[in-house]
Amino acid sequence: MSSLSSSAAPPAITASRSAGLRLKVEQASYAYAATDRSAPKFTLGPVSFEAQQHELVAILGPNASGKSTLLTLLAGLNKPLSGRIEVDGTEVSQLDLRLRAQRIALVQQESELLFPLRVWEYVLQGRYPYGRRLRFESEEDCLFAGNALAQVGADALRDRWMDQLSGGEKQRVILARALAQQPSLLLLDEPTQHLDIGGKVELLRRLRRLADANRYTVLVVTHELNLAAEFSDRIVLLHKGRCLRVGSPADVYDREMLEEIFEAPLEVEMRPSGRPRVILRGSR
Amino acid sequence: MRPLTPRRVAWICAALGAVLFVAVVISLRMGAYPISVPEIVMTLVNRFIGRRNEIPPDFWNVVYEIRLPRIALGILVGASLSTAGAGFQALLRNPLADPYVLGVSSGAALGAIISLAVAPQTPGLIQFAAFAGAAGTITAVYFLGRRGGQIDSATLLLAGIVAVSFLSAVIMFLMTTLPGRDLRGMAFWLMGDLATQPRINLGWLYSLLIIGAGSIYTTSSDLNLILTGEQEARHLGVNVNRVKMVVYVAASLLTGLAVSVSGAIGYVGLLVPHVMRMMFGSDYRILIPASALGGAILIVLADMLARTVVAPTELPVGAMTALVGAPVFIYLMRRRVR
Repeated sequence: MSSLSSSAAPPAITASRSAGLRLKVEQASYAYAATDRSAPKFTLGPVSFEAQQHELVAILGPNASGKSTLLTLLAGLNKPLSGRIEVDGTEVSQLDLRLRAQRIALVQQESELLFPLRVWEYVLQGRYPYGRRLRFESEEDCLFAGNALAQVGADALRDRWMDQLSGGEKQRVILARALAQQPSLLLLDEPTQHLDIGGKVELLRRLRRLADANRYTVLVVTHELNLAAEFSDRIVLLHKGRCLRVGSPADVYDREMLEEIFEAPLEVEMRPSGRPRVILRGSR
Repeated sequence: MRPLTPRRVAWICAALGAVLFVAVVISLRMGAYPISVPEIVMTLVNRFIGRRNEIPPDFWNVVYEIRLPRIALGILVGASLSTAGAGFQALLRNPLADPYVLGVSSGAALGAIISLAVAPQTPGLIQFAAFAGAAGTITAVYFLGRRGGQIDSATLLLAGIVAVSFLSAVIMFLMTTLPGRDLRGMAFWLMGDLATQPRINLGWLYSLLIIGAGSIYTTSSDLNLILTGEQEARHLGVNVNRVKMVVYVAASLLTGLAVSVSGAIGYVGLLVPHVMRMMFGSDYRILIPASALGGAILIVLADMLARTVVAPTELPVGAMTALVGAPVFIYLMRRRVR
C-alpha cells in the first residue's frame, strides 16, 4: 500500500495547549463547481488543525493541492461547506467584515495599482478596518503605519512610489500594510514566489521573528519544502484537495510520501537541529 | 507621512471654488451685449444684498435671464459628468472610463429621446428615462467587457465603442423618423449643447446632483481600496458589492441628469478627474469634490468659447470638450496611465 493511500484516514489534530490557542480548523471542507448544478470541479477537505500564538504554520503541497483554497476559507473569503474555522474562539464566517479585517490579515501577490501611490499611503490603507466611513487618518493611525514599516525594515521606503520598488521591497511593504491592520492571524499566499533565495530566507526569518516577538500567528502557503522545514513549527501537508498530515516538520517529512506527492526523487535527511532537509536525488 | 485632512480638502475646494467664481464672472462678461466686470460684480452683489431695484433692467436681463441660467446649467452638467467619470473609473478599475467613451451618455440620450417621443409633457420623466438608459447601457457594457469573469480593460473600451456607434445609429434613426416637435436637434443629443433651458426647475436638478455626488462621496475611502484590487479591499473590510452598487446607481443617475439637459457632452468625465489627480493625488476623498468643481469650471469655460469663438454662430459645447478631450484620451491610452 502506498504511503498516500495509507494516510487516507482523517488526519490527527496535533496535540496543543488550550492556552494561547489562536486558530482552530475542524473538518473544514469546500468544493468549487462551474455552475450550481454541475458536479464539483475541485474539492478540499476535510481539513483539521490548530495553531497557537507565536506559531508559524506552513501549508505545504504541490500545485493544485488546495493550499490557496484553504487560505480563502481561513481568511473568511469563502465559507466552508462543512466544518468550522475559529479564530480566537469566534467562527470566521460569523465575523463582521471590519472585525474580521482587524483579526485576520491576508498578504497576497500585489495586484496592479491603477494610479500611483506612495508607500506610506499604501501602508495607511491597513488602518481602514479601524475607521468609520469617510474617516480621515488620525495621528494614531500614522503611528501604527510607521511601526509596521519599521517592523519590516522598510522605514526608509516610506516616501517612495510603490511602482518604483524592487520585488523584495514591495513584498515588505505589502507585509507592512498587513501588520498595520494589527491582526492576530497573518496569512501569506506564496509570499516567496517572486523572490531570489536571499529574499526568501530574509522574508521567512522576518516572519519567524514577528511570530516569536509579537502576538501574531503566521500561516504561510508555500511549496518550498526546505524553507518550510527550517522556519515553521507546524506543517499542514495537502495533496489533491486532501489533508495528508499535520505535525512538526520532522513528523510530516516522510521520504516516500513526499516523493509521491511532488513526483520527484527526493532524500530526507535529519539535521542535528531536529529539522529535516530535503535533497533532490541525482539521476545517475 | 502627510495623510489627507478635512482641512486640506476644505482649502482645495475653496481654491477651486474661487477659480469657478472667476470663470463664471468671465463667462458672464462674454457675449453680444457689452457689460464690464465691475458691472457684473455690482449686479451680483446688489441681488445678494437684496437691492434688486438698483440693478439696471438691461443688466438684470443679460445676467439673470440669459447668461447666468446657462452658466448654472453648465456647472450642473460639468459637475455631474466629472463625478460620474471618477466613479466609473473606480467601479471598472479602468483609468480611461468615462460616461461618453463607455456609451453611457448615448444610452441616456436614447432614453431621453424615447421619453420625449412617448410622453413629452410628463415632468421629470426625461431625467428618469435618461437614468434608465444610462444604467441599462453600463450594465450591458460591463458584461460585454468581461473576459473569463474579469473586467478586461481593452475589451471594456471596445464594448464602449460598439455601444456608442450602435446607440448613435438608433438615435439618428429615431430623430429622422419620429415627429421632432420636442426632440431638439440631432447635434444636441450627439454632441451636447447648453443653449436650451430645461423645463424642470434647476433647484430639483441640483438636488439630484447633490444626492448622486454625495452618494459617491460617502464611498470614497472604500473606492481608494477598490482601486488597489477588489479582493484586497474585501480583506480590508470593504463591502465591495454594496459600494459597487451605490457607485453604479449614482454615476448612472449623474450621467442621466447631465444628458437629459445638455445631450451627450464628451470627455469631461475623463479629462477632469485626470487633471485633478495630477494636481491633488488620487485619494477619492479629495478627488470627488475636486472633480465636481473642476468639471464645472471646464464646462463654464468651454461653453463660453462655444458661444464666442465663431459668434454669432454657436458651436455645440461637446465639440469644444471633444477637441481637448480626444487628444488627451489618446495620450493617456498610449501612456497607460502611471
